[in-house]
Amino acid sequence: MNAPTVFGKPDRPSPEAGRPDAHAGPHVGAPLPRPSAKRLLAGRGTYVTDIKLPRMLHAAFVRAPFAHARITRIDVAAARAAPGVALVATGEDLARLCTPWVGTLDHFQGMKSAPQLPLPLERVTWSGQAVVAVVAESRAAAEDACELVEVEYEELAVLADLDGALAPDAPAIAPGFADNVCFRSVVEKGEVEALFAAAAHVVETEMTFGRHTGVTLEPRALIADFDASERRLTVHHATQTPFQFQDIYARHYGLPEARVRVVAPDVGGSFGIKLHVYHEDMAVIGLAMLAGRPVKYVADRLEAFVSDIHARDHRVRAKAAVDADGRVLAIAAQDETAIGPFSTYPRTSAVEGNQVIRLIGAPYRLEAYRGELKVVFQNKTQTSQYRAVGHPIACAVTEHLMDRAAARLGLDPFDIRARNLIPDDAYPCASPTGYQFEKLSHEACLGRLRALMDYERLRAEQAAARARGIYRGIGIAAFVEITNPTPAFYGVGGARISAQDGAVITVTPSGEVRCTISVTEQGQGTEAIIGQIVADYLGVSRDVVRVITGDTETTPHGGATWACRGAGIGGETALQAAKKLKANVLALAAAILQAQPCDLDLVDGAVRDAGGGAVRLALAEVARIAYFRSDTLPPGIEAQLTVAHHYAPKGYPFAFTNGVHGCHVEVDTETGLVKILKHFVVEDCGRIINPLLVEEQVRGGVVQGLGAAFFEECRYDGNGQLLNGSLADYLVPMACEMPDIVIAHMETPTRDTELGAKGCGEAGTAASAAAALNAVNDALAPHGALLTQIPMTPARLLKALGTI
Amino acid sequence: MTMTAPGPVPLALTVNGSPLARMVAPRTTLADFLRTELELTATHVGCEMGACGACLVLLDGVPVHSCLVFAVQAEGQQVETVEGLVARGALARLQDAFHARNALQCGFCTPGMLVNAHALLERGGVPDREEIRDALSGNYCRCTGYEAIVDAIEAAARAERGEGGAR
Repeated sequence: MNAPTVFGKPDRPSPEAGRPDAHAGPHVGAPLPRPSAKRLLAGRGTYVTDIKLPRMLHAAFVRAPFAHARITRIDVAAARAAPGVALVATGEDLARLCTPWVGTLDHFQGMKSAPQLPLPLERVTWSGQAVVAVVAESRAAAEDACELVEVEYEELAVLADLDGALAPDAPAIAPGFADNVCFRSVVEKGEVEALFAAAAHVVETEMTFGRHTGVTLEPRALIADFDASERRLTVHHATQTPFQFQDIYARHYGLPEARVRVVAPDVGGSFGIKLHVYHEDMAVIGLAMLAGRPVKYVADRLEAFVSDIHARDHRVRAKAAVDADGRVLAIAAQDETAIGPFSTYPRTSAVEGNQVIRLIGAPYRLEAYRGELKVVFQNKTQTSQYRAVGHPIACAVTEHLMDRAAARLGLDPFDIRARNLIPDDAYPCASPTGYQFEKLSHEACLGRLRALMDYERLRAEQAAARARGIYRGIGIAAFVEITNPTPAFYGVGGARISAQDGAVITVTPSGEVRCTISVTEQGQGTEAIIGQIVADYLGVSRDVVRVITGDTETTPHGGATWACRGAGIGGETALQAAKKLKANVLALAAAILQAQPCDLDLVDGAVRDAGGGAVRLALAEVARIAYFRSDTLPPGIEAQLTVAHHYAPKGYPFAFTNGVHGCHVEVDTETGLVKILKHFVVEDCGRIINPLLVEEQVRGGVVQGLGAAFFEECRYDGNGQLLNGSLADYLVPMACEMPDIVIAHMETPTRDTELGAKGCGEAGTAASAAAALNAVNDALAPHGALLTQIPMTPARLLKALGTI
Repeated sequence: MTMTAPGPVPLALTVNGSPLARMVAPRTTLADFLRTELELTATHVGCEMGACGACLVLLDGVPVHSCLVFAVQAEGQQVETVEGLVARGALARLQDAFHARNALQCGFCTPGMLVNAHALLERGGVPDREEIRDALSGNYCRCTGYEAIVDAIEAAARAERGEGGAR
């Protein structure tokens, strides 16, 4: 057990001398439990799945049994006549209401994708696609009526693997397409060919990554309620990004933006899954318009498996040029990634591959790099951004090459990384792919990990165990993580996805504080950290700060929570808003006290003489005068106890973070089963606002990465049929399989913001699979076996060992 | 063609200490009955096949997957959900320990975790970490990484025995 014994401030050295932020509030940096967790622990959570509206109807969908087929006939007459059915809708019915969408971004040149509609008109393009919607008094009645819908199909050729889709004679995924490549890209810097030609050593690999998915425990859910009298749409939506959906529903259904309200209550996990446009979800908006009553849709688990975005279906060929001293001079990589029949809207299916080829090699000093990407259409479920987009692939490729190079030269894995990591004194600098690094701490993290793992002891134990026929392995993996994105991420590509966030903070008549903010909560603790920041930078106790998120009608417009922007961008927004409000409070207090604002401070809910002096006036008294006795204020003084502030990240396009993982495993060479003995993470997410939350974010991320490493894979047959769409067949990591996870922090704040925070949500997922892969290969080394595919199932292990 | 679903049948049972009688369609699961008919929405549905543990309730004191039990099968029995357990204070130590340790994020799995942890602690003693992880092997959590949950249950077990608070 490595949980903090008492929840004191953990030991967090900064590689820089001294802490750059001298602010000494009691909340920021403290491991405070989340206030809202008490409500969830009392069974008082309110998820969309729990919400009932008056006269609410329920939608169910008839789904395509084929991965690619032409629809030749649809007969809904019997379903329309079934008990309790209010409405049956086909693609044509909804196409009259909803304009098509196309999942491309302008800055991805040459990208193509077919237009999409809620339900198809002529063709189905993946197995499980929703074809006909039935709306009824209960979900059961809707499902009963679905069975009465008759749809006839003419099967078409299916694209179910990369090579088939890339073959010169492959059928096109969509009419008029010359090939099945959605997007291709090359990034190149330096003399790649010359370095490979002259290299003392070249190591090569081909790696395969299993398609997997987010498996949020609460499936996707929404309730759409359309009031035709005012043309007002309210959507209760389990999503990370209410503002994005407000914009999309307004534009595609021709409604004024101000009349579309999206409310995200408690959300049962998201991890990137619940921010994409899904066909059923778009259909439900139209169904509510047609029905004139609220319509609810909750995906069941099979529906989630065939319609939630999938991710990480990649095949990467890569090689590294290494000199005689173990310096990796150049990497060349070709990534081919299999997506769905179109690119996902509005964030596309190309960002993941784009990040793979730009993140390979990123922790290391390379002289040259070439990354080539092909994003390839398939008749499978659409793919898009899932937690740590692209990072786990890039990290596994890079770190596998590092271990291969180390093995070739007879170097220790720590040693080769120490020779190649970007030195901690080299900043600012850029990766060969153009990512600009403000300041990272790779060397410090690597050193810390070595001590944290007690590496020499683990190696000694490994040797002793091998003598007894027990095969343990140690793997390490360094990463960089993209956080705090500017408009360079989506805005420049034409997507209406905000890079800025907004906050409105009010001192209430009782002297308490209410903060509405555009970043959203899915359990990571957004509301808790915003409360901590507001409390410290305004000067009140967190107990009096109420934070409200997740409603487009009551909070300012903003990007919300994704890609690690909640703390870094949302936090800075709250900080600046709190400072603005504090200035207003002090100006008002100064007028009341006939003092100068600069001589006063607000500390723990009371106006005091600056510099720790005596209490002059309680904040509640300032508020009482402002709200109820403005007549007593000096002439010309107006109380402004509400402020709004918007903040968009400036400076570096992204705030990169870094860290290194270590994984310790034991492989049973007879069964192919792997026991994960322990996992270690040293990470640097900048200034830590709440270590209790950061650590559990990192642990949760590690476990998602270990799931990908050992268990999770959406398995398809050659006809494009998903074979394992249930939680009995698709394996997710459970408590009994997961290790304790030891975490340590470095703290290198970004100087782009006053807060100094970066993101930590991807740090666990980015490198845990890579570390696990290296650990398993280390354990297998005495057998001459090598795995280059995840998940590392027992069957694949036994194949690598030559047993089967 | 589907068969017409059979009509509702009478059901009498005790839920969270209150006896009640309802008409219920025979195919209604206990989970759907609790959530929809009684609006006891702390019980969650995650997989509808007994794999994820989000729907665990106590049936005559034993944790069962309410998605795998038809409501009519609970005839004459005592059902207890998280709402009932919380109301009678049976989860107080677990709630405190989960809160202190941040052993939940989105909270969707949490009611099932609490029901299972409660049943584990009812056995008495302080289970070791392996035992706790084993006991949780049917409770899926996508957010936390499980370690905090194990910590919290261990801390609650110690608190139960007066061995000090959450660590």
